[in-house]
Amino acid sequence: MLLIPCPWCGPRDEIEFHYGGQAHVAYPEDPAALSDEEWARYLFFRDNPKGRFAERWSHSAGCRRWFNVVRDTATNEIHAVYRIGEPRPVIA
Amino acid sequence: MAERRNADRRSADRRSPLAGFAARFETASAGGALRLAEIPFLTQLNLRVDAKSPAAERIGRALGTTLPVEPGSAVRSGDLTVLWLGPDEWLVLGPDEGEAEIGAGGAGLRDRLVEAAGSADGHVSVVDVSAQRTTLVLAGARARDVLAHGCALDLHPRVFGPGRCAQTLLARAQVVLVARETDEFWVLCRSSFAGYVAEWLLDAAAEYVT
Repeated sequence: MLLIPCPWCGPRDEIEFHYGGQAHVAYPEDPAALSDEEWARYLFFRDNPKGRFAERWSHSAGCRRWFNVVRDTATNEIHAVYRIGEPRPVIA
Repeated sequence: MAERRNADRRSADRRSPLAGFAARFETASAGGALRLAEIPFLTQLNLRVDAKSPAAERIGRALGTTLPVEPGSAVRSGDLTVLWLGPDEWLVLGPDEGEAEIGAGGAGLRDRLVEAAGSADGHVSVVDVSAQRTTLVLAGARARDVLAHGCALDLHPRVFGPGRCAQTLLARAQVVLVARETDEFWVLCRSSFAGYVAEWLLDAAAEYVT
């Protein structure tokens, strides 16, 4: 089980959280101008890296706040946790 | 006569979720190592406001304490307790206010907070959620051990001493844990989960009560 450090509540068990998929997927500025293919790409296409991945989590059984996590998809190591609206931290 | 019938009906309607457990709680508490009881009908208000706004300051004055901004902290002011639930969310616990109709008078805790919030600036929400949860008090030297059977949090007094609260899972049920005194906890759980949580606590406490 992952031990996820909620930026508000501190480290908690994974079962207290819900996963929210890739972070930093911006809503299109003018959705009406998009072609069907571009809209589908926005809705359904996500990165699937082996390695560090910025993703959203919600502390649903705790403070119920959304936040971002940089997690290594191969090792499950959590490299950074930051609040919604903050830019993805640069990790050396 | 009609009045009397109405009064009867009201008191018949008002039944705490754990009313049926009173005798078993008493038996479990008889040994002295542990005290388990329900505190029914506490007034619970969910408060959402920007902590830095003037409205938050006014609400703080009405409560007699500033809203705690440190995650997981709880402050007491007279017979009120204010729990941190989120960066812009608090739970205010107060004594039972009887069966006063919501919005009927101006003396209730909710009305006082709404009045303090005012309507001039910012967004404030004060919602009566008293019926959402019931409160269990778990106290005694073994209270921590009982909770540790089903809670992954570090409950050591150094970390979770008086003045701390947490929303977490206890035996997979969502609860709000409040450390009242060194060895006294309040467990706030959803009314519909209360029977399950009470059964679980009694089972977890079995080895500590004689």
